[in-house]
Order: sequence, then structure tokens, then C-alpha cells
Amino acid sequence: MELRGAMVLVVLMGTTWSLSVTTIRPETVSMDAVARPDMAEENTEQTEAAAAEEAEEDVMATGELNPNHYPAQRAAKVVQHYLNTRHGSPYRLFGLKQVHSGNAEDVADSGRKYQLEISVHEIISNTTEKCSAEVYFPRGEKQLPPQVQVSSLVELPKTDVEAKEGELYQEYRTNKTLRTEKRLPDSYGHMDPEMTPFWHLGIVASSFIMLSESTENTLYNVAQVANITQLTTENDQLKFDCHVLLHDMVSQEIPQWKLLFTWSPAEGVKVLQTEKLPHVHECEKHPKTN
Amino acid sequence: MMNVVGFLFVPLLLAPGVLTLERAEHDYYKYHPMEKISTWMTQMEKDHPDVVTIVDYGKTYENRTISLLRIGLKSEAKKKAIWMDCGIHAREWIAPAFCQYFVRQILQTYKTDAKMEAMMTNMDFYVTPVLNIDGYMYSWKDISTRLWRKNRSPGPSGGCYGTDLNRNFDANWGTVGVSSDCSSNIYCGRGPISEPEAQAVTYFVGSRKEDFLCFLTIHSYGQLLLVPYGHPNFTAPNYEELMNVGKGAAEAIWKVHGKNYTVGTSPDVLYANSGSSRDWARMQDIPLTFTFELRDNGTYGFELPEDQIQPTCEEAYHGALHIITYAHDKTFSGAAAAAAATLWTMLLAVGVSGANLL
Repeated sequence: MELRGAMVLVVLMGTTWSLSVTTIRPETVSMDAVARPDMAEENTEQTEAAAAEEAEEDVMATGELNPNHYPAQRAAKVVQHYLNTRHGSPYRLFGLKQVHSGNAEDVADSGRKYQLEISVHEIISNTTEKCSAEVYFPRGEKQLPPQVQVSSLVELPKTDVEAKEGELYQEYRTNKTLRTEKRLPDSYGHMDPEMTPFWHLGIVASSFIMLSESTENTLYNVAQVANITQLTTENDQLKFDCHVLLHDMVSQEIPQWKLLFTWSPAEGVKVLQTEKLPHVHECEKHPKTN
Repeated sequence: MMNVVGFLFVPLLLAPGVLTLERAEHDYYKYHPMEKISTWMTQMEKDHPDVVTIVDYGKTYENRTISLLRIGLKSEAKKKAIWMDCGIHAREWIAPAFCQYFVRQILQTYKTDAKMEAMMTNMDFYVTPVLNIDGYMYSWKDISTRLWRKNRSPGPSGGCYGTDLNRNFDANWGTVGVSSDCSSNIYCGRGPISEPEAQAVTYFVGSRKEDFLCFLTIHSYGQLLLVPYGHPNFTAPNYEELMNVGKGAAEAIWKVHGKNYTVGTSPDVLYANSGSSRDWARMQDIPLTFTFELRDNGTYGFELPEDQIQPTCEEAYHGALHIITYAHDKTFSGAAAAAAATLWTMLLAVGVSGANLL
């Protein structure tokens, strides 16, 4: 009886104890560090097991790829650029949604080939589509553009897009001219809704550059269409001059390009001329700001 | 007659409720220039005097004061800490927006949510809304500066500006994913913590490192949760834990608006790099250190539209909260339960031996 009473008391005390405790100096060293005492001293030291894992990882860059890791992701981005050069328009623009699987193999000494299963997202209609693609990155002294093949991409429903493209084309061929439009989007991510199709066109045209400039060590997106101007033409194409700011995620640089391109619903986007602008150095422009 | 009416109006206008209505509410779904963020910080301290304190902890190259908000409820016991910094990279405007949202959110939540109240009793939140103040202000200057990344300290020789603060910390400094060319956007500086902004974090957190459970550094874009280390040859001692907690956070993010955030080390999912604040924090034995790369995936990039600020902040908040709650529970609930169990076992042993004697 007495023991039971004592136990009840202990239970009550235990409960009270846990409620009143708000902080106890905890073990800050993790279980892993305890298991490997040498790591407690210098936790940047690598264990043999980890070293073996890392070596395996390098080999893994060829063969089956982790779809979330950068090699497959960078190759898949190239597919996005390719799709935009082929199918992009003021009313159709692709983004990379997901990589499902990937495989890489060396091709003799000449380059590396990636096989990918990906999902792409058509941004304007907000539809997603799976596709298979192959990306070949040639190796060599002179940097050559990658080669892309896409298979099993079902044609996305067109009717809506065709009508809008036709309307825009007619409007700017006969009635209106796009005088220079700047900063698509602006610093706050905004743009005049009437200008959105031209932002899309700027991205599509940029995709030709992003495609040809891509390597296994780049990841390009368009940072901003700095300006876009419509020029007159003698033929039935709409013609544009634009200045774009790209962003390469890997170097974190903002390469700048000027492009001359045409567009029509029938012909799509065709790039006539490109010019890479020199990297602007601070000393040429800005003194120390206050 | 008019004078009498005027006299009557004056006390009306001076009534407390009326004046509060006149003050413009801070819009958490717009991007704000530095002056407005500073004003907001002062206002937060004023509005929550027992809970929020501004702490000045360094100077930028251009001699501006770097400040954080320390947020927590008064407690007799020794408190642990959570670190969050935003705006190490000037052009990543969504990050400072998130820090402001995070502060507003925890200040609203603790009054009605017992869990948040407990966390704010046991821990202090140290939130730096903008770390790279000079760079952030420069990115607001005009169109040509919007995409600035680095700080604004001059390079070794005339002609180039800025060090990448997230390559400047003393964590495998200068080894991988950096440039020694001052005009590069990943220029790592003259030496480790050569930059005053990196020094400020190093000294403040470094002098209190045993207190910190969690170090979150907020960036954009890419929709990633990055765990240490940025150097491919080094593995964090608690890599498994970091990945598990990270994946939990990514799931919490996904549940809000269906956005996928990828979890992994930088060399795996993005690129190898060295000298990051996150790596430095992990090397100080702060167990849970993460880099958040917020929306989007490249469509708008750094110029994320303001109508995406709210959903981005909402999802990131749930991700951060997952990590913070884990850190808290591991330290507090877990330890308390362990202590109670120890006491119980002890007393049981005494009781049994006592019974034996009887």
C-alpha cells in the first residue's frame, strides 16, 4: 500500500517536473558526431565511408542520373529552350516542370549524351505535358551548341492560341506599331498586360541564344527584356529589335544580348542577327554611391 | 463660432483610436525600399515593446547600421535562439519581403497559438530583414542597377565593385565555386570575412553560437532548400537529419500552394560553392542550417511579381516553421520528457529497494 502511494506520488511529481521545466541545456552534438568522436573535433573532416560515397557520385554523373540533381536539371533546361525556339510564340511559352528520370553516357571522346523523361509546363494555358528528349553536349576546344531531339510531345491544343496569334499579327501588321517598350517586367515584376505577348516574344527569341550558349556548366533564364522595338519590313513578317538580360544561375552573371528577329503565326520566331554586349565594368559608369 | 467648433475637433483628433487609424498600415505584399523597412522595424519595436527589440550589430561598407529584430517573450530560464537573415544578395527582393512577413506572422500567432507562445518563451528569434543594405539600396537606384548582387565595397584595384557576401564567410573560403576576379558576381573578397557585413554576422552569431539551434538564410530564386556543405568533399555530420527535416519542410511548403522545392546539398542540386553563411553556421555546430531559395523557377526570376509575394511568403513560412518547430521540440519537449523519465526511473529504483527493505 505504502509503495503504491509512493509510486502515485512519484508519477505526480514527474508530471509536475516536466510541466515546470522550460529549458534544460541540451546536447548540441548530434548522434552522428557522438558515433564518430573524431568528427566532434573538426566536423569538416570526411570519413572514409563518405569519401567512397562521393567518389561514387562522380561516376554517377554518367549512367543513371538523380533527376533532382544538377546534371539532369541543366540538360532538361536545354530542352525547355529548344521547345521555345520551335513552338514558342506570343501566346505559347514553355517552362521546365519536372525531371522524372535521366541517363547520361559519354560518346567516344566527342561529347556526352543525355536521355531524359521530363514534364514541361505551358505557362500561358497552364497545362503540363510529358516528353522524352535527348540532349547532346559536344566537347571540344571551340564551344559548339548542344543538339536536342524531342519525341513523344503531343501537340497541345491550338485553337485558342491560333486565334490570338492571328489577331495580334494583324493588329501590329496594319494598325499599330510597337514603339520601344522598356523593362519587361519592371523591377516589381509588373508589365502592362498589352505588352505581355511581346515579353513572351522576347523570351522566345532569347531561347535561341540560351540554347546555343548552353553547356553542362550553365543554367540560363531570361532576367528581363530590357527593351523591344518593332521595325518596318518589306515582307509579311513582323520584325523586332530587342535587348535582353539573361541570367546564368551557375556563374550568377547577367550576359546581355541584342537580337534582331521576325515573327508570324505561320513562320514562328526566326532570329536574324545576334550580338553579345560587353560586360559593363563599374569604373565606366558609376562612382561610389551615397 | 468656427473657433469653438475648431476647439471641439482638436480633442477628437487627439483621441488615441483616431490617430492610429490615420497611420498607414505596412503593406506586406509590396516591395519596400530600405527607408520604409527601417521605419517598419522601429514601428514593430514600438508596437510590441515587451517582445521586440532592435539590436544593432554591425556596419556596412558605406557605414550604414546593420540591425536585427530580437523577438521573444520574457523568460527566467536561459533561452535558445533561431537566426534568420534576408537580403544577403541585393537583387533577391522577395527575401526581405519574407523576413517582414515572418516577423508579422509570429507576432500575430503567439497570442492565440499555444505552441508559438511556448516557442517564443523558450527561444528568441533573431531576424535581419536586410543584411546587405548597401547592395539593396543600390538595386533600387535605377533600371541599370536592379540586378546587382554583391555588396558595395570597392575592389582591390580601381574599376570594380562588390564582393559576393555569400562567398566571403570563413567556411572553406576561396576553394570552390568562386572567382578571384573582382568584376565577377561570385568574387569571394580579399580574404575570409574581409567584408564588414560578413564580419557582423560572424561576430554576433559566433559569440552566441551555443544558443543557436537553427540558422536560416533566405535567398531567391530556384525553389530549393539547401543543406550544408557547399564543398563537394565535405559532408555535414548530421546530413541525414538535415535531409529529413528539409524534406519535411518541403512537404509543408507543397501543402500550401502546390509548389515543389527541391532538397539537397548545393553541389548536388545546384552547384558547388564555398564561403557561404550557411556552411559557416554549420561549422559553428549550429545543428540545423538551411538556405531557402524562394520562387520562382526562372519565369520572372529576381523580378517576382508583387502578386506572388503573399503565396511565396505563406509557403516559405510553413517551411521555416517546420524546421523551427523541429529544432525547438528536439531541445525542449524531448529533454523535458527525458528528464521526467530519468526521475521516474530513479524514484522507482528507490521505491523498489525501499519495498525490499520492508
